[in-house]
Amino acid sequence: MSTARLRVDRGRCIGAGMCALTAPDVFDQDAEEGLVVLLRAEPAETRLTAARMAAGMCPSGAITLGGPDSGSSALPAPPADGCQ
Amino acid sequence: MNESVHTVEAMPTERRPGCPFDPPAELIDAQRHSPISRFTHPGGKPGWLITGYDLVRSVLADPRFSSRRELMSVVDFELPPAPPGEFLLMDDPQHSRYRKPLVGRFTVRRMRMLTERIEQITADRLDAMEQAGPSADLVTAFAKPIPTMVICEILGVPYGDRAHFQEQIDTFMGGEASDEEVMAAYTATQGYLARLVATKRAHPTDDVLSELTGSDLTDEELKGISLLLLAAGFDTTANMLSLGTFALLQHPEQLAALRAEPALIDGAVEELLRYLSVAKTFNRTALEDVEVGGQTIEASTTVVLSLNTANRDPARFTAPGTLDIRRPHEGHLAFSHGIHQCLGQQLARTEMRVAFRALIERFPTLRLAVPADEVRLRPESADIYGVKSLPVTWDAA
Repeated sequence: MSTARLRVDRGRCIGAGMCALTAPDVFDQDAEEGLVVLLRAEPAETRLTAARMAAGMCPSGAITLGGPDSGSSALPAPPADGCQ
Repeated sequence: MNESVHTVEAMPTERRPGCPFDPPAELIDAQRHSPISRFTHPGGKPGWLITGYDLVRSVLADPRFSSRRELMSVVDFELPPAPPGEFLLMDDPQHSRYRKPLVGRFTVRRMRMLTERIEQITADRLDAMEQAGPSADLVTAFAKPIPTMVICEILGVPYGDRAHFQEQIDTFMGGEASDEEVMAAYTATQGYLARLVATKRAHPTDDVLSELTGSDLTDEELKGISLLLLAAGFDTTANMLSLGTFALLQHPEQLAALRAEPALIDGAVEELLRYLSVAKTFNRTALEDVEVGGQTIEASTTVVLSLNTANRDPARFTAPGTLDIRRPHEGHLAFSHGIHQCLGQQLARTEMRVAFRALIERFPTLRLAVPADEVRLRPESADIYGVKSLPVTWDAA
């Protein structure tokens, strides 16, 4: 199967920690500066949803997901409409 | 194309009676019309109000929109630039000069390491409540002291100074004091922090402020940073804890589910953040003409971003008006988005997880001590929404 490849840009990272919170086995924050550390550039299939979620939630756009089946790093599509 | 644009003349001053958790009806109504509305700022200047999730999120992430206070075109006089260190009201590179040295102190892992200490602080408050009970004002007995103690310990504010400090911040965050009172409280706090910074520089202790005195930041800048961290560090979390408890008590089936299954706490905290969105609005000013949602925001125009309405957007969230602690995490904007997204969000999450769990475990019969419509709420004029007091009671053991 095709693999998705993650890239992180520590220059853009603001250290919000959403990635380390959402996909802790894929992303971490370094102890000193608190900026993103990529633990697995090609996460296992089972971790892809969490990794994609983390990329979509990143407030500063520091995480990108490339690769054949990656689509974009946008959040997963919201569920169908409901009522307020 | 602009003729049919919905217009909101002013920010609503009240919520619908009986709906303390919902954004004001006028804002929900504006969102129903379209995600962006024309808006008139209090000073009479024309602006825009953005209520839709996608547009709020995109503006927050867009460097063509500025956070600089001196650029805000909202009143009929010029605002001064933010004081040194108050980086919430700055753009890069000034913003990141201040934020960068702090980031490593608020990581997911660091905040997890604090869990035990927060549990201890929480248990102490619950012990005190139990001894004085079987009733309490949850705001003063629980919701305020926990985040106050935590942020003061992180920053290095001596124990004896905390009560006074909390009082001052209450005055300038409460939305009800006069301009003179707000100014006096602000000045007093600044004076206190100036002395504290000088003390830490002379006699460093084991805390963030002492660590920062080792950097190239000036005393003036450290004072501003401290003020921001203290104000942001407890007023928001305190209001989430008290309003969140009120919301859980008003949704007994959700509270029962959380009691029965403590592992739901992480999702419950995210859902309470979304549902309550206590940090309601942020302003941004266009640095150039920018097209947003089919409208042109002209350069120098300030837009109001309604986070609480965005977090209730039916185009983003299923049944957005329903509190559902099992809702999948769908990326709420309660901590904002973009480069200013909350620095202390992992601390806030840890505090809420610990405090809500411990509270409902300790008092299985916790309930309101007054009818729900008598709970006094913060006015819409306050930047951070919440309850002023939350009288609760429980069956003594």
